[in-house]
Amino acid sequence: MTTTESAPSTEYRVIGTNPVRPDGVDKVTGRAVYGADVRLPGMLYGKVLRSPHAHALVKRVDASKALALPGVHAVLTNADFPEPLEPVMQTVRGPQPTRWDTERILAGRKVLFRGHPVAAVCATDPHVAEDAAALIEVEYEVLQAVATLDDALAPDAPILHDDGLASLVDGLFDPVDGKPSNIARQFTLGFGDLEAGFAQADIVLERQYETAMYHQGYIEPHNATAVWNRDGKVTIWTSTQGAFGIRQNVARVLNLPLGDLRVIPAEIGGGFGAKNVVYLEPIAALLSRKTGRPVQLTMNRTEVLEATGPTSGTRSWIKVGATKEGKLLAADVRLEFEAGAYPGSPVAGGARCALGPYVVPNQRVVGLDVVLNRPKTAAYRAPGAPAGEFPVESILDELAEQLDIDPMELRLRNCTALGMPRSDGAVQGNIGAREVMQAVISHPHYRSETVGADIGRGVAMGFWQNGGGESSAYAMVHADGRVTLVTGSVDIGGQRAALAMQFAEAMGIAYEDINSLVGDTDTIGFTGNTGGSRTTFATGWAVYQAAMDVREQLEQRAARIWECAADEVAYDPSDAALHGPDGKVMTFKEAARRLPGTGGMIQGQADIVSTNVGKVGACFGAHIADVHVDRETGKVTVLRYTAVQDVGKAIHPAYVEGQIQGGAVQGIGMALNEEYVYDSNGRMLNASFLDYRMPVANDLPMIDTVLVEVPNPGHPYGVRGVGEVPIIPPLGAIANAIHDAIGVRVTSLPASPRVILELLDEQAGGA
Amino acid sequence: MAKIAYTLHVNGEDHEVYAEPNLTLLEVVRDELRLTGAKEGCGTGDCGACTMHLDGENVTSCLVLGVEAQGRDVLTIEGLAQDGKLHPLQQAFIDHGALQCGFCIPGMILSGVALLERNPHPTREEIRQGIAGNLCRCTGYTKIVDAIEAVATGVAH
Repeated sequence: MTTTESAPSTEYRVIGTNPVRPDGVDKVTGRAVYGADVRLPGMLYGKVLRSPHAHALVKRVDASKALALPGVHAVLTNADFPEPLEPVMQTVRGPQPTRWDTERILAGRKVLFRGHPVAAVCATDPHVAEDAAALIEVEYEVLQAVATLDDALAPDAPILHDDGLASLVDGLFDPVDGKPSNIARQFTLGFGDLEAGFAQADIVLERQYETAMYHQGYIEPHNATAVWNRDGKVTIWTSTQGAFGIRQNVARVLNLPLGDLRVIPAEIGGGFGAKNVVYLEPIAALLSRKTGRPVQLTMNRTEVLEATGPTSGTRSWIKVGATKEGKLLAADVRLEFEAGAYPGSPVAGGARCALGPYVVPNQRVVGLDVVLNRPKTAAYRAPGAPAGEFPVESILDELAEQLDIDPMELRLRNCTALGMPRSDGAVQGNIGAREVMQAVISHPHYRSETVGADIGRGVAMGFWQNGGGESSAYAMVHADGRVTLVTGSVDIGGQRAALAMQFAEAMGIAYEDINSLVGDTDTIGFTGNTGGSRTTFATGWAVYQAAMDVREQLEQRAARIWECAADEVAYDPSDAALHGPDGKVMTFKEAARRLPGTGGMIQGQADIVSTNVGKVGACFGAHIADVHVDRETGKVTVLRYTAVQDVGKAIHPAYVEGQIQGGAVQGIGMALNEEYVYDSNGRMLNASFLDYRMPVANDLPMIDTVLVEVPNPGHPYGVRGVGEVPIIPPLGAIANAIHDAIGVRVTSLPASPRVILELLDEQAGGA
Repeated sequence: MAKIAYTLHVNGEDHEVYAEPNLTLLEVVRDELRLTGAKEGCGTGDCGACTMHLDGENVTSCLVLGVEAQGRDVLTIEGLAQDGKLHPLQQAFIDHGALQCGFCIPGMILSGVALLERNPHPTREEIRQGIAGNLCRCTGYTKIVDAIEAVATGVAH
């Protein structure tokens, strides 16, 4: 059951309905072409040889036996990468050595995680390539692995980045006691006077929490197919959330002009943030250059788990002070995030979001980005926020318990609002945080009693600021009144439908008359990655502007036909028609039919930067979880689950629900099932879907959703990004529900049976 | 490895295969017959993306050798729509918004069809059990269960 709560607002024709997606039939018939389904004439198959060690120097690579195997065409090592044109690259996290990218993609001097690629081979057949990879001899000098946060932060820790590359850029690592360290970045957010805040508090709580490393868990493994043509032009087909990001990255490591590299995004089998990263594409391209033939590489599941994604394992410390009425006065938060082998954990996201739903007048959030011998972390849905907000949502539950205040009521007393500062200094815009909290308090699930032994209920909030950025769209009007709409946004969750719906609304035409497509880097203008919950918002803006462009051109055309001034003609989407002087009317279909004879076909287009046209709307969600804990086995079963979220305006409510349900289940996986298990040498012990345990259908109840609609005034249809937030609240909601059920506080996630049984033992021992 | 010739009966048609005997049914169907609807998500039988029917029974085709399927009826997602009309479950998946990225969907639908063939009126619990071998990371399964339930109860068109 889904309920939608929205203020009476603009009547829409298309927005708010649930038409079928344009990619539906292809996906249910098996016809959709994903990256690994691409087949080109004469194609070779590549395989990557990966390090069995988490930390080692690569002393020698000898591929002679591999090259002698019949069917093998080429072997690639780090030495095949060109010397970068610019030794320092600009990244979203500031300047970094360019060779860090090539070293990560194919190690040269040193391997920094188990699964780190050291060589690649291509052959006529994937099995031959696999055999050949096994014949490549690599001599390693094994170094002590930095396997845990404690290892990494120890005073005598081995230093991962001890070579000249790290010294190319000042301040990449924070010295500790004048010595190099593995701390890539330490920063502090906040404002107010912490000491004064705690001094005024009636109650102060201080706790520590941990979350495991998790993988994004997309079912489709990474893949890349490349052709390096004799004329120097390169084409890459890949499974990515953003063709332009891949183009930028590949061009940089291969010294290619952007215009010589075409990246075609194949249908994508899930990404959740991690398919913005380049892994196989440059390898496929260089192997194609060596052989003159198309080359395809596909990872297996072990490679995906050991060498792509994941998100950071984290450790956090938090102290909060409040009045006895539950008003927060001060919060001090410290987040330590594992970055993996190279700097760049999402700790900044975690720090920005941790206190996001609340007004805390005196606050400090410290973030640490720590490198260690694990794969370099990648974005995962609301990057950093689940681990950043879990400590806050847990300690607030404890605060509510100690003050005997309803946990959602306590949150409501501290709810943020329009104009309130965030930890990073930004100011909250028009948001629906209060509406979400109130919707929880009045929801039948929240108002019902939990019945039965060892059953409990928990709630938690989630906040994500959402993204904007750059997007392009064009719309070709055909003579029969149909429209082809092309955008640069890869479709991972129904964007083709959500974008076509916005275009249909702006034009007043039927959704079914629009053919909605995803372009590639040579057929559409620059568009940022599909991520950060930016697409329906920012590319929606581009689509809206493209519709305005079509409308304006149609008005000019009608003025020519009617022999009047263009400003005497107006396009009205409510009847999809042009209106001119003396009551003249021409429908969109009629105007389209007359285009060929009156000056030719038209095409509307737009390239927007969202900050120039609108304003991103931040998103809040709250989840209610009921669980049962089996005291014998330690198993936690989710019995009932409700996700409440401010969605701005749901363009396609069913797909918005799908985003919320999918995100919530990924968060439930973080709370209960999933974790990377490593040994002390940095070897992952559960690198398969059997042992890395993602939720399956019979683990879960139905995920009920409540769509609260507080429109974002920064978008023509009120859109807020909706995809990120739902992964955040489950961690706190479930941990709090477990406490309600059996009286123990889970401070280390996942709450696996082992963790629950240990807590129950402690409880029994302490009683 | 020396190739051998054999016949596979896939989606009602005989296909002559000439391939290495160590290739899995998934590899033969994808690479030799070029039916790429079945996907490889893990290669170890854990994710269900490669699900096919073998004599009407669900199998993870990454764990079956191509040669083992000789003389048996293989159904892949490409063979499910009949006479140009989608199977009711395929239509229900579209209508209920039960798919997002779509990568798991061919396997998920074939598991759903197998379930409905052995149990035409499953409860929601039985549906969850019936598709527990198919991982989906996008949807959280709720709308997938809805789609299968709609076909089972005749609500779907």
